[in-house]
Amino acid sequence: MLTLEKINVSYGSIRALHGISLEVKKGEIVALIGANGAGKSTTLRTISGLLKPSNKDSRITFKDVQIQGMLPHKIVEMGLSHVPEGRRVFPEMSVYENLLMGAHSRKGKPGQADFDRVYHHFPRLKERIKQLAGTLSGGEQQMLAMGRALMARPDLLILDEPSMGLAPMLVEEIFHIIEDINVAGTTILLVEQNAHLALEISNRAYVLETGEIVLEGLAQDLATNEDIRKSYLGE
Amino acid sequence: MKKLLNNWIVQVLLFLSLLGLTAYGSQMINDIIPPYLLMIAFFIGINLIMALGLNLITGVTGQLSLGHAAFMSIGAYSSAIATVNFDLPFLLGVLIGGLIASVFGVIIGFPTLRLTGDYLAISTLGFAEIVRVQFTNMKITNGAIGFLGIEGSTTFPIVMTIAVLMICLMVWLENSRNGRAMLAIREDEVASSAVGINTTLYKIQAFAIGAFCAGVGGALFAHTTTFIQPTDFGFQKSVDILSIVVLGGLGSIPGTIIGAIVLTAAPEILRPLSNYRMIVYGLLLVVIMIFRPYGLMGGVNLRQAVRRAMMFPKKKQAGREE
Ligand SMILES: Nc1ncnc2c1ncn2[C@@H]1O[C@H](COP(=O)(O)OP(=O)(O)OP(=O)(O)O)[C@@H](O)[C@H]1O
Ligand SMILES: [Mg+2]
Repeated sequence: MLTLEKINVSYGSIRALHGISLEVKKGEIVALIGANGAGKSTTLRTISGLLKPSNKDSRITFKDVQIQGMLPHKIVEMGLSHVPEGRRVFPEMSVYENLLMGAHSRKGKPGQADFDRVYHHFPRLKERIKQLAGTLSGGEQQMLAMGRALMARPDLLILDEPSMGLAPMLVEEIFHIIEDINVAGTTILLVEQNAHLALEISNRAYVLETGEIVLEGLAQDLATNEDIRKSYLGE
Repeated sequence: MKKLLNNWIVQVLLFLSLLGLTAYGSQMINDIIPPYLLMIAFFIGINLIMALGLNLITGVTGQLSLGHAAFMSIGAYSSAIATVNFDLPFLLGVLIGGLIASVFGVIIGFPTLRLTGDYLAISTLGFAEIVRVQFTNMKITNGAIGFLGIEGSTTFPIVMTIAVLMICLMVWLENSRNGRAMLAIREDEVASSAVGINTTLYKIQAFAIGAFCAGVGGALFAHTTTFIQPTDFGFQKSVDILSIVVLGGLGSIPGTIIGAIVLTAAPEILRPLSNYRMIVYGLLLVVIMIFRPYGLMGGVNLRQAVRRAMMFPKKKQAGREE
């Protein structure tokens, strides 16, 4: 569904990504793990068109269409939604309005079915539709950010650290919901610091270190890999 | 009742009768109140039209602009040229003024794609200065001496009807898909892109519509004072309009209306203070902002307040029936 080939990205003179290649197949959950500053968010921002690769021979393909250089909103229209790092809900809008904004890329008004799908995964949002998003708890904001992305009916959902700053209980809940969303038919690319849980729910995973992919494989294999256990699972 | 209000035919009828009422009412006011007060009312209307435009750019979409007077001057001069040099009808001149300002709005909208905040403010400021200097040096505008002999075609009913028209446009826009997208850009631009909002399109749209309002206001201004010169449209004017929007509450239409009334009337009411007038005016601004940091109507959800006020008697009635 999504392939990246030889992506370089720089912030000014700072090279953040050095020739990243990766692939996400239809129906998968793929995890991208790595330490702080490894370039995980940069990778996701490049996929969704917020950043541009600096080299000409790079290639990003989504559903067999080349999407590098496309504007972000066009990419969303194609069925790729990005839940950015740190949630970024619209604070002065209600939960309902946030969800409505999520459906912006689709022509016409979203139907009740769209809202119901979000409420099915996130029942807590339903109880709070009139509340201002800025007054939600961190966990609820994460749910809203994910629900908002679902409103676009994406085929591929890319999530940037959905567990950041959440209590362990809530992290588990979020990961279960991610699995449910996947089972319901959405392919997922997941960036996580919480490598343990990420590897548990993923099919495959990539390990990113200072802008390069150093390891890739089946999630269960990586979970038993010595190096990974030492560096990312804290054992 | 709610269903009835959602019917578009009902909406159009309501809208037309509102315009009719405005025209009729303002004609009555026009005939009754003394000329001095009428002049203040004129400028309240004109300032309101321009401030509604800036409210869309800065209040709703969050793009800080310090060059609104430039759009006003473009509307003023181009409408004056249209009616004086080309003998076009007044209202057509107003429309032309608005449209040409709007074209410049699109042009100045482009820097907003790369600039935000202070940087954008500085570049709009620069743009306004360039426009002012251009008008000072052009032949057709009669340069620094000023453009004379514009007919005083603006009437109070015209100002009020256009103001109400603009308010309706803004209310409709606020509740539309486009308006919500603009608001989302103010809230969080990255998140807006991430949910598939074409941020470029809506920022340019905001500048185009906002500049149109300023252009129309400028055209009405030119045909009220009958004489315009580049110094009418300096930095001070941009700040005056921005003050209306900020004082009213960024992004609030009722706030913009109240801001336009208060800030246009205040210097006139304070006139007896003569030399101390602008000091008191400045103090007034500071005091209001200390007590209402988000503007007079900032953070007030009018629809909710009205609904609450209307719910209350209803409950009482239900109690009586029991
Ligand atoms: N806007 C920016 N300007 C300059 N450098 C940046 C910018 N954003 C990120 N970087 C740098 O690029 C590198 C990769 O950053 P990125 O945000 O992709 O890391 P990450 O893997 O998502 O880290 P984290 O787990 O902390 O979120 C870092 O060295 C960071 O300092
Ligand atoms: Mg990150």
